[in-house]
Amino acid sequence: MTILLAIIVGAAFGVALDRVGATSPNLIIGMLTLRSLHLMKAILLAIGTASVLMFAAQLIGLVEVAHMSIKAAYAGVFLGGMLLGLGWAISGFCPGTGLASAATGRWDAAVFVIGGLVGAAAYMLSYPWFEGTAIMADIAGGKSTLGAVPGLDAPALIPGLRGDLVGIALGGLFIAAAFALPERLSGSGRRQALPAS
Amino acid sequence: MPLSWPLSWKTGGFLLGAVFFLAVALVKPIGVSTQFVIFDGILWSAADSAVVAVDEAAKSGYTSPNAYLAKSGGKYAKAIANPLNYGFVFVLAIMLGAGISGWLRGSFKDAHRFMPEVWLENHGPTPVRRFAVAFLGGFLVLYGARLAGGCTSGHMMSGIMQTAVSGYIFAAGAFVAAIPTAMFLYPREAQS
Repeated sequence: MTILLAIIVGAAFGVALDRVGATSPNLIIGMLTLRSLHLMKAILLAIGTASVLMFAAQLIGLVEVAHMSIKAAYAGVFLGGMLLGLGWAISGFCPGTGLASAATGRWDAAVFVIGGLVGAAAYMLSYPWFEGTAIMADIAGGKSTLGAVPGLDAPALIPGLRGDLVGIALGGLFIAAAFALPERLSGSGRRQALPAS
Repeated sequence: MPLSWPLSWKTGGFLLGAVFFLAVALVKPIGVSTQFVIFDGILWSAADSAVVAVDEAAKSGYTSPNAYLAKSGGKYAKAIANPLNYGFVFVLAIMLGAGISGWLRGSFKDAHRFMPEVWLENHGPTPVRRFAVAFLGGFLVLYGARLAGGCTSGHMMSGIMQTAVSGYIFAAGAFVAAIPTAMFLYPREAQS
């Protein structure tokens, strides 16, 4: 049953990534150079939609809170995020979109995936450099959420706030931001590469 | 007649959000980058069967002489010993879904499958250079993702939708590095 769900949800994710254009390094680099915010708007709308749906479904008891999984915060999250950002900008791929893009027939994406396998192996071997250092030490409560989510065993950054309501409010904010962002913030605008909306 | 592509940001963003919701409603939040480690481990253990070992004392029942694979009760070692697990099959299915979607829009007949237009505009038609950069990019992206404990899917999308503090920290690091780098490396817009 879990394997069937893995196939259904995974394939749906792959279809969504390709349909929205996230498999295109042109569109990723367009977003990161602020010349085409198509993917930025789509990502903001996606995060907002998913957040509102999940917390609202929890409120009415449709989705189990225990399905949530909060990752720890530590300095390495920021450092690793910067390294990822660097590789993301030079190549136009991230792990999920690189795999998806390779599957659509892009050769540069296939090379990216091989580079990724080597990079993951390098981390596996160099992990002892980081283990136990301050880079890996929990900050901001570790596996924390912004507010306290009822029924979730995770510390809250601001314990007085209801985490699920914060999630719905921020989700709404992300959706509003998606609509408010222009199609581009830099470049000439002489070329409209994408459907208007 | 190939499908029009890409979807508008509204339709595409909603579709993507619905999938992230579906994943957490049915199983757990979406994540991808861990599976690069699992695939490495599968290859490594095929070459050297001592990489993963049964260990009754470990929480997962498995351990490894490699400290990274042995961490968190040996959960990575367990996934390597049993590749037919949710996370790994999920990532294989991403490729299946994207491949079908690409085929339906004619992506396998695209003119620029070695170098995207924005690369050609800025760096010219040398595939070897594009491949070197794609390889280096992949290396940095996965090294960074493993140091951070997640990637654009697990930290940024799944993390922020759950109001995880770590998701915001990750997204800040990623965009702070990515936006100036992209603006520096790709100053010219593709003209296709």
